[in-house]
Parts: sequence; C-alpha cells; structure tokens
Amino acid sequence: MHFNVNGRDHEVEPDSRTSLLDLLREHLRLTGTKKGCDQGACGACTVLVDGVRINSCLALAVQYQDRAITTVEGLEADSGLHALQQAFIAHDGFQCGYCTPGQVCSAIGMAKELERGIPSALTEDLCAMSMAWTRDEIRERMSGNLCRCGAYNGIVTAIETTFAGESAR
Amino acid sequence: MMPFNYARARDPADAVRLAAGRTEARFLGGGTNLVDLMRESVEVPKTLIDVTELSQEITARDDGSLLIGAGVKNTTIAADRRVRERFPLLARAILSGASGQIRNMATVGGNIMQRTRCYYFYDESARCNKRTPGAGCDAIDGFNRIHAILGASPACVATHPSDMCVALAALDASVHTVSATGHRTLKLADLHRLPGDTPHIETELAPGELITAVGIPPCSFATRSVYRKVRDRASYAFALVSVAAALDLTDNGTVRDVRIALGGVAHKPWRAEKAEAALRGGQATEASFQLAADAELKEARGLRHNAFKIELARRTLVACLAELSRRDEK
Repeated sequence: MHFNVNGRDHEVEPDSRTSLLDLLREHLRLTGTKKGCDQGACGACTVLVDGVRINSCLALAVQYQDRAITTVEGLEADSGLHALQQAFIAHDGFQCGYCTPGQVCSAIGMAKELERGIPSALTEDLCAMSMAWTRDEIRERMSGNLCRCGAYNGIVTAIETTFAGESAR
Repeated sequence: MMPFNYARARDPADAVRLAAGRTEARFLGGGTNLVDLMRESVEVPKTLIDVTELSQEITARDDGSLLIGAGVKNTTIAADRRVRERFPLLARAILSGASGQIRNMATVGGNIMQRTRCYYFYDESARCNKRTPGAGCDAIDGFNRIHAILGASPACVATHPSDMCVALAALDASVHTVSATGHRTLKLADLHRLPGDTPHIETELAPGELITAVGIPPCSFATRSVYRKVRDRASYAFALVSVAAALDLTDNGTVRDVRIALGGVAHKPWRAEKAEAALRGGQATEASFQLAADAELKEARGLRHNAFKIELARRTLVACLAELSRRDEK
C-alpha cells in the first residue's frame, strides 16, 4: 500500500486492523503524533489529511492510502518552526507537551475551516459569509483537543496571535 | 481487535454485492464509532466494506427539498449554504455534536447507524441485552443518569446518541436505501426501533441494506428553527436532552404548523407528535407550550438517576418554543 506522509512516499503493508496512528508511530517511526485515549476523546493523535484535521486513532490506515497526510514532523519549514509552534513557545501553550502535536495540527486545520467560513456551534448568523476570530470561537472549535496540564489560556493565545492577527485582539 | 477483510466498494451496487450473504459484514463510513466498537470487541465484523467514497453529493431541488448523499461528511453538511439557509436547525444540530475532527470524518450514513453510548454496552464485563440478547441489563439498576425516559423497556434503557438525527426527525426526513432486493425509502422517524424485547435489533434495515441518501422535504418555516442541546460540558459531550424545533405562526400569533423532536431521551430520535398536535391551531403562549410539553412527557418514566431529564426536557422544550415565538423573522 502507498502512503504519502509529509511529502514523502512510503510503501507499507499494514494489517487491515492498523490505525493510521499506529501506522505513523510503529511502521514509519513518526512518533511526534501521540496516542492519548485511542478512542477519539482527547485529540492527541490529530493529523491533517489533504489539509483536513482528523483523529488518526479512529482512522483505519487502509482507508487513507494515496492521501496527503501531514503530521507535526511535516510542519517545520526551511526557516524553522511553524509560526504556530513558535507561538506555543512564546505564550506557554503547553506544560508537559504531550497534547501539543495534536493541538498544533488541530489548530492549523481549524484555522482553514474558519477561513473557509465553516460555522461553529457558537456562530450566531449561520448565513454570514465570514466568521469572527474570538477566544470563545477558538475554544469551541478546539474542544476536541484536551490538555490535562490545563494550558488552555496559552493555547488559545498562541492560536489567536498566529491566525487572528492584532486586529482581533 | 479481531482480524477482518477490508474491501472498498466502487458504487452502491458493488457494496450490496460485497455484503450479500455475509451477515458479519459491516459497511464502514468514517469509522469514528465502528472502529472504537471493534477495539472493544463489541463489534466483530469479518468483513468491512468501505463506502466512504460513495454518495458524495448534496442535491437541491427548486421546490426547496434537499437530497444528501450518505457519504457526505458531517462538516460538509453544516458548511453547505443551502442547508444553513433552508434548514438551519440541521446545521446547528450537527455543529453541536462531537468535535471538529470527528465531524470531518463522520458520514451521514454512519451518523444514523451509530450505536448507543450506554457505558454497559461498551463494557464486556457488564450484562447487556443489546450486546448479548437475553443476558440482562446492568443499566436499569446501575448508573443510569444518561439513559432513556421515553419508550424504554425492561430489556433496555439506552438512548440513541445522534444530534443530526433529531433535526432530521423534526424535518420529516426520509432515508433512501439499496439492497439485494432493490431500492426503498423509509421515514427517518421509522428507521430506528424502540427496544422492546429485542434491543439488539436497532433499525428496520435488513442485513446488507445500505443507506445511500437522506431526503429532506421542503419546509418553508424551517428558517424559524432552533436546536438546543443540554449537556454536562459546553462542548464535545453527548446530549442529556436536546430539542429540535421549527415554528410557523400566523400574523395573530396562532400556530399554523410546528415540528418538534427530542434527543437524548429515547432509543431513537423522538418525534414529539403529541406536543405538535397540542400546539397546532392554538395560540403560541407560554401556557400552551407548557401543556404541549406535558402532553409529550406524560408517559415519561425516570430511573434512579435520570428522572431529572423529565423536567429538563419539559423546560428545554418550553424555552425553545418561547424563543421561536419571539423571533420576528418569517
């Protein structure tokens, strides 16, 4: 089977039972993506598939052949860390760091959803063409990522400063 | 997880063919519930037939109806401008469910066919008539705060967890299916069964029958609609009680038509026909809303930990109707 992860092609023959998370960690040795609950409750395993965030623990790897998979290892550019990763450092968006790869990937996928005008449960006017970046919106849209250290305020600030710009603050 | 064969269906007919004669085959959508159940050995399919790439269209007709393919992702429905404009309660119901990641994975067909989140159903060491027919139910005398208050039986008090289906029930949606014997259409409200003596049989679908689409008929007053979900945390939690409602008022405040469905209260999305009948033709007042809620919840029965849901459902329904009656939009 063919998998494309962070722009690199891999030929792997996983068991049909293998989750995308286990494929990344155990077969491709990309251990940046974390296993928290392994049942879709915590978001530590969040990766991007064709730019869309999903829980890799609930995804069977066989379903994601020939798709463009991005993990935290694929975010870094030649210039260094992704701007959101820098913002997590600057704003104390983590303590132990275990949930961070999932938080970062999730936030990048979430930002695209918001920019595309996809509403959230908090959106007042469903017919609005664009969505506002507010801290409450970020919290609602990031509710699938738990942080047991409770670094939420820093996480929200890191996301806000990276994607919302000064105008939204 | 037990080993299984994986096959990707090319089209609905291919999916039906692959499932034919295999009672232990399951159709695979986003996998957000099925994969979890397989890991817990609650589901042990021998074959998974991947149908995520089928039925991807949302088709709008001039009469105001919509046909949503079973493979459409939950996020895609909630983002669809026609859904947001014509059936806002459906977009709101979907957005109030699960997390962003899960909504990106979950399909319409999978959302409809998801299983209860009763803890005892997932716990292999507990008795569960749904998992093992005739085994007994540990929820009835156990911790049953999240369980059913309407339509339950001595065999099962589980609830259907979907938000989307509650809105679809209120909208009179239909479910289109295909099987070896052909195509058919049934009402979503008739698809899920009450538990009775056979809680392991959850829907009217035959083995190997595949959902291909959901049809939503025109409903001009769905623009005046609401989905309110009451839960233990502000986001990413199943409903204790939810209400989907749409209200059509005349200029003098009479209820011309109304649609109501309740979630979190029964083994199926609960269309509140008694409340609707009580309201139609009458004045839209707080008192009439109370009477309608009473009519619907007259048969409600609480268990040791969930009796609070009866009053919660009553108040949530009244609050939703009051909110809708105050809106000045058409």
